[in-house]
Amino acid sequence: MDRARFHALLRDMLLAREFEERAAREYTEGRIAGFLHLYPGEEAVAVGVLHAADEADYVVSTYREHVHALVRGLSARSIMSELFGRRDGCSGGMGGSMHLFDRERRFMGGYAIVGETYPVAIGIAYAIALRQLPEAVICFFGDGAVNQGTFHESLNMAALWKLPVLFVCENNRYQIGTEIHRHSAVSDVYRRACAHDIPARKVDGMDVLAVHEATLEALRRIRAGTGPELLEMKTYRFRGHSMADPGSYRPRAELDAYRRLDPLRIAEHLAAQTYPDQAQLDAVGKDHIEAFSDRLQQQNLITHEELDRLRQSVQEEIEDAVAFAASSPEPVLQEAWDALNCNRNGEVMI
Amino acid sequence: MSETLLYHQALNRALDESMAADDSVFILGEDVGLYGGSYRVTEGLYAKYGEWRVRDTPISEGSFTGLGVGAALTGMRPVVEIMTINFALLALDAIVNMATKIPFMSGGQFPMPLVIRTPGGVARQLAAQHSQRLEQMLMNVPGMRIAVPSTPQDAYWQLKQAIQSDEAIFLLEHELLYFSEGTVDTRMPPPPMHRALVRREGDAITLLAYSRMVLLAEQAAHRLVEMGIDAEVIDLRSLRPIDWRTCIQSVGKTHHALVIEEDHRFSGAGAEIVAQLTEHCFNDLDAPVGRVAGLDLPAPYNGRLEALTLPDTDRIVDAAVRLLEE
Repeated sequence: MDRARFHALLRDMLLAREFEERAAREYTEGRIAGFLHLYPGEEAVAVGVLHAADEADYVVSTYREHVHALVRGLSARSIMSELFGRRDGCSGGMGGSMHLFDRERRFMGGYAIVGETYPVAIGIAYAIALRQLPEAVICFFGDGAVNQGTFHESLNMAALWKLPVLFVCENNRYQIGTEIHRHSAVSDVYRRACAHDIPARKVDGMDVLAVHEATLEALRRIRAGTGPELLEMKTYRFRGHSMADPGSYRPRAELDAYRRLDPLRIAEHLAAQTYPDQAQLDAVGKDHIEAFSDRLQQQNLITHEELDRLRQSVQEEIEDAVAFAASSPEPVLQEAWDALNCNRNGEVMI
Repeated sequence: MSETLLYHQALNRALDESMAADDSVFILGEDVGLYGGSYRVTEGLYAKYGEWRVRDTPISEGSFTGLGVGAALTGMRPVVEIMTINFALLALDAIVNMATKIPFMSGGQFPMPLVIRTPGGVARQLAAQHSQRLEQMLMNVPGMRIAVPSTPQDAYWQLKQAIQSDEAIFLLEHELLYFSEGTVDTRMPPPPMHRALVRREGDAITLLAYSRMVLLAEQAAHRLVEMGIDAEVIDLRSLRPIDWRTCIQSVGKTHHALVIEEDHRFSGAGAEIVAQLTEHCFNDLDAPVGRVAGLDLPAPYNGRLEALTLPDTDRIVDAAVRLLEE
């Protein structure tokens, strides 16, 4: 891992956290309405996965997708404006928090009916396969979405026709307030993929480097035409399901335990490690030295000063995004009609 | 260039020509490929275009219709065949929540050149789960366009137009029309996809119908002539949008209107048509707009009872005569 790449990952995680916490504040102050599903705690997944994607790849996401959009390269301005319901939003103020779209960046949308991302993803992948292009589709979904019929329907078709899809489960262990052991007979989502002969594995979703490496490997195979794969990212959301949910169904101890696994802290900690002395290496044991050494290559990736500068720059970027969104005009009703009829191409209707 | 074709052959011709002209057109659905389609609409296309462009799917209506939506987002022109409209209930999320919403929700960024073809209507004793109409469910969805061809010529025209459109189009066929015969002219320029057509001119009463009911309305009109009543027959050809101008012009001439629909009477397409005609033609009407519709019963299996739940020419003639006597 080179320094520049690590800085990019860390900056996006910091930016994601700053964006979401600011969105929560704007919601509380009444400038953002509707449903608002926030991402803190899960940043390593979006950042690790999407930094492994090519520009030509497609991304299909859920209603908890601000960070996916942000990491995909949509500007904080355009996303915040969409949350504010303004004309400069990435969906022109017609979609809102749950429906961010950007055709140019192949961000194919946030979908707010659970289980919709699979069929959209296999449809895009079908088009890619039919045209024999070296592209892939990244399909996000949560642990709660694996009990929709479309999960097995779509995985079956993806495997049957070897479609280039990477299914990424963001397993944060809760479907709103129902813990995974109360909604799924098999709580390891990756094990379900074997029903369709789809290679799958679980990944520590709090470790951005682990997520990133697993995704790079999977996408390399998928683009080569070996068919779909599934990665289950074990993660956790620090907030409730949405701003309307205080999340009080979760034990305090559980939340505290996961907070110690905060992906941002882990990444910063990794970066700050120094080279171990002989005593430390001896303590790890000979068999583990190689694995440990891999990690050590990540040391000294960032200085305190650089980290401070990153923090400062993301704060400025979000501050600017909020100011931009607040000054963006409201769309007018005609723009809603235009959006509805955007594909009419001058056709005479009657 | 006109020839005589069956309705299913006209649809097949439209698919074949569209696929030959544009390699972004592909077909998917249950048994559309090797088997040739449950109603033979896709016959021969699998051999000609291969499995990637004529794709046999598993029985997963929700996901393969959604697959069509995803492919359409990239500019492909998928034609999804749902074996019957009854199974389309399993695909309502893809149709209503996805196909008609994505272009809008994205602020107008994405095309949706998706065609969903499916037969509806009561066939012959297929019982309650295979005899539904359901068009009224989709009529209430903004962004939905519903074409209802009643002749082989319209089947050919409207399917080709639907494939060329960048909007989601629902092409509602009818199980009893697949083997009906008609002249198809492949050279003549088609009327706009949603224009209503006057099938028979008359000045005494306007019969408004769509899909198979147009055939019954025409038969009823012939019998009414023998009774000295000259009825005008309008084939709506589209249920969303509806060509109100053609309807209103006709009612302005006849001052009487009767809507004929196979669907259940309660809250069906006829209810909307009556409401609109009442709003727009109140002063022209000499009597309230009448309706001949399916009974509010699921289709019974028993053939005699099944027939009793549906409009027929006797009932249309009776209703027209009574309406004119008012």
